[in-house]
Order: sequence, then C-alpha cells, then structure tokens
Amino acid sequence: MLKYLGKRIGRSVLTLVIILTIVFCLLRLMPIEGYFPNFEKMTPQQIQVGLQEMGLTDPLPVQIVRFFGDLLQGDLGTSRIYRANVPVTEVLADKIPVSIKLGVLSMMVSLLVGLPMGALMARYKFRLFDKIGTLFIVCIQAIPAAVYFLYIQLYGTQILGVGLLFDIHNPKYWVLPVLSMSLNNIAFYGMWLRRYMVDESNKDYVKLAKAKGVSEGGVMFKHIFRNAFVPLAQYIPTAFLNTVIGSIYIESLYSIPGMGGLLVTVIKKHDNTMVQGIVLLYACVGVLGLLLGDLLMVLLDPRISLGKKEGDR
Amino acid sequence: MKQFSYRHTKEAELMNSMEAASKKASEMTEEELFSFAEFNAAEVERTGYSNYSYWRSTFQAFLKNRAAVALLLLLGLLLLFTFVQPYLPGQYDPNMIVNDESGMQYRNIPPGDMFLLGTNSIGQDLWARIWAGTRTSLFIGLSVALAEAFIGITVGVIWGYVRKADFILTEVYNIIDNIPNTIILILISYILKPSVKTLIFAMCLTGWIQMARFIRNQILIIRDRDYNVASRCLGTPTWRIMVKNLLPYLVSVIMLRMALTIPAAIGNEVFITYIGLGLPVDIPSLGNLINEGRALITSPALRYQLVYPTIILSFVTISFYIIGNAFSDAADPKNHV
Repeated sequence: MLKYLGKRIGRSVLTLVIILTIVFCLLRLMPIEGYFPNFEKMTPQQIQVGLQEMGLTDPLPVQIVRFFGDLLQGDLGTSRIYRANVPVTEVLADKIPVSIKLGVLSMMVSLLVGLPMGALMARYKFRLFDKIGTLFIVCIQAIPAAVYFLYIQLYGTQILGVGLLFDIHNPKYWVLPVLSMSLNNIAFYGMWLRRYMVDESNKDYVKLAKAKGVSEGGVMFKHIFRNAFVPLAQYIPTAFLNTVIGSIYIESLYSIPGMGGLLVTVIKKHDNTMVQGIVLLYACVGVLGLLLGDLLMVLLDPRISLGKKEGDR
Repeated sequence: MKQFSYRHTKEAELMNSMEAASKKASEMTEEELFSFAEFNAAEVERTGYSNYSYWRSTFQAFLKNRAAVALLLLLGLLLLFTFVQPYLPGQYDPNMIVNDESGMQYRNIPPGDMFLLGTNSIGQDLWARIWAGTRTSLFIGLSVALAEAFIGITVGVIWGYVRKADFILTEVYNIIDNIPNTIILILISYILKPSVKTLIFAMCLTGWIQMARFIRNQILIIRDRDYNVASRCLGTPTWRIMVKNLLPYLVSVIMLRMALTIPAAIGNEVFITYIGLGLPVDIPSLGNLINEGRALITSPALRYQLVYPTIILSFVTISFYIIGNAFSDAADPKNHV
C-alpha cells in the first residue's frame, strides 16, 4: 500500500511539473498589453524596458527555472492591473476559502441527493419515479449548463426572495449557487448508480438472498447498493472536476468573491499574471482531485489490485 | 410473470407450426413421399444465405423509435431553414441597426408585426440574429464533432493496434487528462484572437484525446479476437484490418460520441462567450445572443431576448442528444432482429 502510494504521488508530482511547464510556455504567448495597466499611452521603448524588468525578454528555459524557483517559495508574481502591485498569492488568499466552502457544500449535496435518487430509480425500475428521474437526467445532460444556470438564477432568486448580488453572510444566498453546482453531479451519480444497481440485481447472490426471504428493500440496500457503490467511486474524480469547472461560471454569475469568479474578472481585464496564477492553481486542483479519487477507490474496494492500476484511472 | 406468459405464447406458436407441418406431410400421397430426390445443380450451390444488411437493419431499428425520427425531421427542417432564411423576402440583415423615419433606432421593440421576435438593445432584428446565430453555432458544433471524430479515430486506432505507440500516447493522455478541459479552452481562447476558427481549434484540442482513448480501449478488447488473428495470419495488411475488421465494430459508439459532442460544443461556446473570450458581436452566435439577453435579466419586459435564443438552443441540444442515443442503440448489432 505504501509503495503504491509513494509511486502514485510521485507520478502526480511529475505530471504536475510537466503541466506547469506546458502551461507556462503557452502563457508566454499571451498578448503583452496584459502586463501593463496603461498600455495605450506607453512608447515602444517603455514597453521594452518594462518587459525587460519583468524578465520576459530572457530565453524561455531561464524563465522556466526562475518560475519554478519562485513557485517553491510560494511566489506567483504580482498583479498588474486587477490590483496593481499586489502579490497574486495575497489576492488569492481571501478568495480560496470561499471557493472551497462552495465546492465542499456542493459535493455533499450532490452525493446526498444523487445517491438516493439513483437507488430509488433502480428500486422502482420502469415505474413513474424512474421515468421522472430519467427525464431529469436527460435534460441536465442535454441542455448546456450555461443556460439552465441562468434560469435557476432568474426564477430562483424570485422564489427565494433574494437579490441578484451575493451576500456571503446570509445562508439563504448560498442555496442557489450550491444547488446549481450540484445539479450536474446529481444527474451523474443518479444515472450511474441506477445503471450499476440494475446490473447488480441480476446476479446470483441477489437471487439467493431473495430465495432466503430477505425483504425487497433489504436486498436493495444491504446487498445491491453496497456492491454497486464501488464502481461508482471511480467517477468521483470526474465529479470533482465538474464541480471545479462549474465554480468558474457559478461564482461569476452570482458574483461570489471566489477564485472562479476572479478568473473571469481578470480575463476581462486582461491581467496576465493573475490569469497565469489562477490557471496554474486550477491545473493543480485537477491533478490533486484525480489523485485523491484514485486513492479513495483503492480504499473503498479491497479487490482492486494496487500494482496493476498504475497510471490509469 | 410477464416473461413467463411471453415464453408460453412462444411455445404455443412453435407447437402450432410443428403440427401444421406434420399435417402437410400426411396430406402428401404415398408416391410423392417415396420418390427419389433428383440431383439439382441449383440446390447444390445454395448455401446458408441471409439477406441481413447491417445498415438496413440499423435504419429499420432507428425508424422504430418514433420520437427520435420526429426530432430528426424537425432538426433537418431547422437546419434547412437557417440556410433558406436570409433569402426569404422581407428579412433584415442580422447586423443592420434598423432606424425609423426620424432616424431613431428601433430599440427593444417587443415581438410584433414589424419585428417577429422584437429587436435588441441597439435595434437589430432578433429574428434574423437568432437564425444567423443558430447557423454559426451549428457550424461550430458540427465542425468540432467531425474534426474530433477524424483525429480521435485515427489516433485511437493506431494507439490501440500498434503496441509501440501505446506507451507514448498513454503518457500524453495522462498529462492532458489531468488538466480540466475548460481550463485549456480558456487558456487557448485567451491567447488567440477570438474567431470561429480559433474556437473550433480550442475545442478540438481537448476533445480528440477523449475520443482516441475511448477507441483505443475498444480496440484493445477486440484486437486479438479469433477473426483478427485469422486475418493477420492470412497476411492482411494492418490498415485493412483496421478499416475492415475493427472500425465497423465501433460505429455505434463513435456515432454516440459525435452526437454528444455537438451539444457540448454549443454549450462551450456559450460559456466561453460568457467569460468574455467568445466571438465578437458582429458574428451572431447563440452564445452571443444569450449573453446579450442575460445582460437584461433585471427587466422582465425584455426577457424575450433571453428566452427565444435559449429555446432554440435547448431544442437543438436535446434533439442531438436523443437522436444520438437512439441511433447508437440502433447501430448496435445486438439490438438487430
């Protein structure tokens, strides 16, 4: 177990370094006006001097080495336009807790709603509840999230009687963002749990349990659910990434002072160092999420062999 | 219970037909029954032949799904209409700002006789913009789906079939798959100038590897089946094995993925436009229109500018989703009679 853990973490770190390098190189292609707050008024010489001061005229390998050196000391550069001359890490420090809270709440809601939904759909297969659930899943998957998020905001705020602008201290204001962020994953969990439970319910041990006289509900939740839940664990990393991505749109839509909303703002303001910092952070979150998902799956299912699983998920 | 009765009727049918056959035999005269069977050249040549055709069975199965067929027809009409619409009489240019006699712009005119779906906040005809936007969005969706399918299938087949390529491509996959797709999309759109081409490029950049991975896994499952080993022993060239033996097996899953890529691409366009990296306003797209409509969210009287584009968008994406699922079910030989 420890050996696997070490290998897996080592791999993730390596992947992360490669990703950061690629993203960093790509970001050198960013439009240069994003480095200066008053680009239009500057002469070409001033721009040249400015770029040199920031070390952007150095050869790429030098920049990469310096970037990783700074990164190890927790330095992501300084914001130029969004909040001039404030370190990016400082700007992010007040934003990250909000995003984490939102993400954790939404993961919890989607598990608490999605799993019972899938289980009940499998229990009442082909009956009314199953049909309604399937309709819901089809709608969520087929309609772009960007559209139904808008309508949830539009009508949800009226129903709940809350304003369009977010109030971080009022719990009522958290309902809609968390709900919107969960919907996709609720559909996701519901669909796959139903699928696995239906597959599982055709197996012999279920017949045996039924023959012994275990009640229908008992078979469903004591036998089928526990076995069907294990393959579901492999979707948790994907669900986690969904949440992360959803946060970009949701936070911006409700003007929640989190990381995702900030990304949209700094893109609109063309602040290169901020964009770079946040994109790198998101890449890290992605790698970390997949790593945790892998470990979780190993913990949940003792039958998964540790050696063979290397590298794929 | 239902299953039992079904089996029961099947059995009854079988017994009936056997009874009928024996009755027929007993009706034959003694002479007929004991005459020699003559040598017949045509009978010798006859082999076990079934007129099964893959595509015909697929279409037959698809046509049975009424809802999907209806949606396909509607979608076809919609697609046709987006191309016909500019040539109909009395249409406005989607980018033209319409002025009245005194030179004032027709701003935010509600839907009515003059403007079928009203005008937007600078006096452009919403009807014309919606159709132009649908055209752009569908074009983006279809291009992305086709490009992804092409690159994905090519790479995926090589990845699955050629063992040497497996290691490198798996490493590439591990890296790309670790970054959230949307982040790549945002990054590329940020670096490049927004246009239809760059959007398609950015979306293809992440999508193809998912497709390739998927194809690769399927190929790995079937590459060492007996019929492929046989082909290899008989000296069939590799590309022929790929095209003739492996790909037909994957038609249903490829179609499904393509059909699901189109709504996803359209949705991504809306998202990218929302965060300010999308197409310029003079190229109408559904993302642009929805974004314009969203800005007016606070005034209920102008909400039509958001509602109409979303209706078209939802219709297009749901149709593709349902048609794709129905078609992939139909294309799966297991579901053929």
